[in-house]
Parts: sequence; structure tokens; C-alpha cells
Amino acid sequence: MRNAAFLAWKETRSYYGSPMAYVVSAAFLALTGQFFVSGIAELLPEASLREVFTPMTFALILWAPIVSMRLLAEEQKLGTLELLLTAPLRDWEIVLGKFCALVAMLLSIVAPTLVYVVLLYWFASPDGGPVLTGYLGLLLYGSAAGALGLFTSSLTGNQIVAGITAAVALLFLTLASEASDLVSGLPSTLLAGLSLPAHYTAFVAGVIELGNVVYFITFIALFLFLTTLSLESRRWR
Amino acid sequence: MTERMIEVQGLTKFYGDFPAVSGVSFSVNKGETVGLLGTNGSGKTTTMRVLTGYMPPTSGTVRVAGHDIAADSLEARRHIGYLPESVPLYADMTVAESLRFFGRVHAMDGASLALALDRALGAFGLGDYRDTLVGKLSKGYRQRLGLAQAVLHEPEVLVLDEPTVSIDPVQVVDARNLIRRLGEEHTVLLSTHQLGEASSLCERVVILHEGAVVAEGHPDAIAEQLHGARRISVEARAPAEQTAAALGAVPGVSFVGPSVLVEEGVYAFDVTAPLRSDVREPIVEALHAAGIALRGLGRSSVDLEDVFLQLTTGGQEEADA
Repeated sequence: MRNAAFLAWKETRSYYGSPMAYVVSAAFLALTGQFFVSGIAELLPEASLREVFTPMTFALILWAPIVSMRLLAEEQKLGTLELLLTAPLRDWEIVLGKFCALVAMLLSIVAPTLVYVVLLYWFASPDGGPVLTGYLGLLLYGSAAGALGLFTSSLTGNQIVAGITAAVALLFLTLASEASDLVSGLPSTLLAGLSLPAHYTAFVAGVIELGNVVYFITFIALFLFLTTLSLESRRWR
Repeated sequence: MTERMIEVQGLTKFYGDFPAVSGVSFSVNKGETVGLLGTNGSGKTTTMRVLTGYMPPTSGTVRVAGHDIAADSLEARRHIGYLPESVPLYADMTVAESLRFFGRVHAMDGASLALALDRALGAFGLGDYRDTLVGKLSKGYRQRLGLAQAVLHEPEVLVLDEPTVSIDPVQVVDARNLIRRLGEEHTVLLSTHQLGEASSLCERVVILHEGAVVAEGHPDAIAEQLHGARRISVEARAPAEQTAAALGAVPGVSFVGPSVLVEEGVYAFDVTAPLRSDVREPIVEALHAAGIALRGLGRSSVDLEDVFLQLTTGGQEEADA
């Protein structure tokens, strides 16, 4: 656990030492701010973040590949992965460290959006429940997307390939619910079951459904497990 | 009884269908510096990667400090300091941060880490670069940092993959001195394809060729064993044929090599004699008797290059010559 913690610390440090962190944060804030403004400036404005949460998930799907693609791909390219894998560290500790760093980065880009909440409470009296659940879902959503990105990053030494693979996979999982409407029967059920947004809508409505929480947790656990396997398999190649 | 720090037995590693290493066995005793010698693709890096736990062997066993690298990998890895050939470093850290990070990786903390850090900065001449970004270091200093990272946690076994490749000649001398010093306190296994390096740093060499051990032992011993003879270099001021004839007549001399013009009127020869006979004094007497001025005489330094070529080409070169 200690090992995972300082690996996460190293990663977070290196992330904030690069300009990318600030560019990504600014872009995320600009994009979501736009939706916040249009959400509260409508003809019938609503004191909620309902209009912001869904666009935020789209932004996260762009965010996840960008920040996760380098996490393991770069270690492979630099050769530092060889140092980590020959150090007395367990493979899962390396993966968990990277994932914790991702969660920290996620928190840091989501945190500034709390200013929208402050503004809402300042000028109106919104319902706190959906705001809370919306954020909870958002963190699960972003963590899941990051876990998938971490996995694709473990597959190659090329960051760009890792990033694009993650983006395509996330796009598929986002559009799966739309695609499920086009087909019927088992494929439709499967597609809907896989879809990331389909498991998020309830959070925005202020409802925490066990099934949705289980979906995200399983999603994250699965990809962290696959990443660990992928690291282990490097040893066998 | 000497303690074996590295014990490799019947190590075989396949990449797909290709055997990178097959049936390699050797051991390194505590305190020894041993060189893994071989051309590119001879299996040096693969052997080291298995040894450091980076990848498991297809078959065979490797024990480091008594721990099986496959069954007890984590414990074995605790005793190893490893510098891969590419000297991987994090460019966005400072020298001190980088060392601190690898100290933590090896479970060091607090005061002991701070102490080890200062010691390493001093020992490797990195003190002035403490807060320099690794990405801004010259190759020679990157090499030093790589070595410092590998030894920071005081591992019993040091594994250095081509530690002096890709740095300039001055830095090579520097790095070799550092390695020599490390060899005083650690058990060192280093790989190289530079033969001079192996004979100057290592007490023993293991020569790998196409994934198998073709010779093992002290460089001089390997050479003599291989030639079955000792070589003596002679330099004399006289016509080449005259000297060659005089040398050929010395009892015990089995072969006189071709002459090499050293300077106007002076020729050098390599003379071969059986292992157990010293023909140097008879040579001095014979040349004196023939009225030939002797300019120099000595045991030919072991030409590891020759040994190497002979071992790795199955003596082809020697036969052709």
C-alpha cells in the first residue's frame, strides 16, 4: 500500500510539473462553464447542474485518454518500466499507484467546477441531493474511463496509439446505448448494459442505484485487473 | 566455503520459438566481479533480465542471494541493484528526487534515505547537480546517476548491463573507476562486448555465444588454455629473415609469427612456446650469439580479442590466417 502511495505521489507530481495539467484543466472548465451558462440562461432556467453533468461526462471521455495514455506507455518507452518491474514492487502496486494518481488528477479537474455549485446556492436554492449524486457519479464515470485508459496504456509503448485506442473504446461505450435502440433482443440488452451514460443518468436525477454503482466499480476493477495482467504478461514476452 | 550470490543453472529462455539463451550455467561468488562477454545478440541482456526478475526463465533456475528469482521473486529483487543498458531515467525529476524515488522503491525512508542520498551524491560526484533536472544531464552524468540509483539501497548484488556503452572515452575511464570501487564492496555481474573492459574490471569472465556459455574463467587462463601455448613478443634490430631464423632455432620455440616493421630496421615478432616452458632467457642468449641487437622482450599481453574471435567463430579466423 505504501508503495502504491508513493508511486501515485510521483505520478501526480510529474503531472503537475507539466503544462498539460493546466491546459487540460482550463479546457475542462471552459467547456463545462459554457454548458453551465447556457443551462441557467435558458428560457426556463433551473437551479440544478443537470445540464452540466452530461456534458461533463463527454469532457471526461476526452480527458481520460489524454492523461492516462502516458502513464504506462511512457514508462515502457523510457525503459523505466524495467526498473519498476525489477524493483521489489508487486505488479498490482504499480497499477494501483497509477490509478490513484489518475483519481487525484480527476478530483483536481472536477474540483474547480464546484464554483458552479457555489453560484447556484448564491442565487437560488437548488436541491442538494442531485448535485451530490451527480458528482459521485461523475467521479465513478471519470475513474472508469481512466482505468480503461490505463489499460490501453499498458498495451503499447506508443502513447498516441494508447490514447486513440482508449478514445475509440470510450466512444463506443458512450454510443452503445444509442446503438442499442437500433437493434433488438440480446444485442440490444448487451449494448445497453455496457453503455457508460446509461448507468449515469440515474445519478443526475439524484438516484443512487446499486446496479449502477456495481457497474462502475466492476468496470474499474476489471480494467485494473487487466492492466495488472498486461504488465505480468510483459514478463512472459 | 564461498557464498554464491548468483547461481544460474541450465537457464533457457525462448522468445516464441527462438531460444535467446539455452542451458546457460554459471555462478558468481560473494565479492567477485564477473563479466558476461559476448557479441550483440549472444544472450547477455536476456540472461540479465531473467536474473533481475524482469522476465521468468523458460526453464532452469536462477538464485540471487539464495532466493529463487521465480519462486521468491520479491525477496530476490530486494538484493539486486540493476542498471539496464539504456540507463532509463525520469527526465522530469531532479537528481535528488530521482534518487529519493528509487530509494523509496527499495523501501528506504526518513533518515536512512537522506543519509544514503548524501552518500550517493558524494560518491558519484553528483553533489553539484543535486537540483539539476535529469533531462539536462550529460550522458556521462546520466550514467553516474544510473549507477547511483542502482547502488543506493546497498544491494548485495549489482547487475550492470553494458555500463560503459555510449559514453565518451574520458567518461568510460571514469565509469570504470566507479565500477572498480563498487566491486570492492559488492558482488558485480557486468556485461560488455569490450574485451579490454572485461579484462581490466573482471576477475572472471563468462563468454556467451549464441545463447550458450563457450568459456569461463580468468581471461588469461582462457587464452592460454585455448592456444595451449604462451606467446612472447620480441623486438630486434636486424633484417627480419635473420632474426626469424635465430628465433626459430631456439629450443622450445614452436612457432615464429610473421614480422612486423616497427621502425627503420627494427622488426617485431610473436613467438609461441609451450605453456610450461619459459623461453625468454634462451631467446636473449640466442640473439646475442647471432649478433642481433635485442630491443624488447616480453610476454605478449593476452589478446582477448583473439580468444573471443576464436571462440565465437569456432576458430575459423585462426585457420584462415
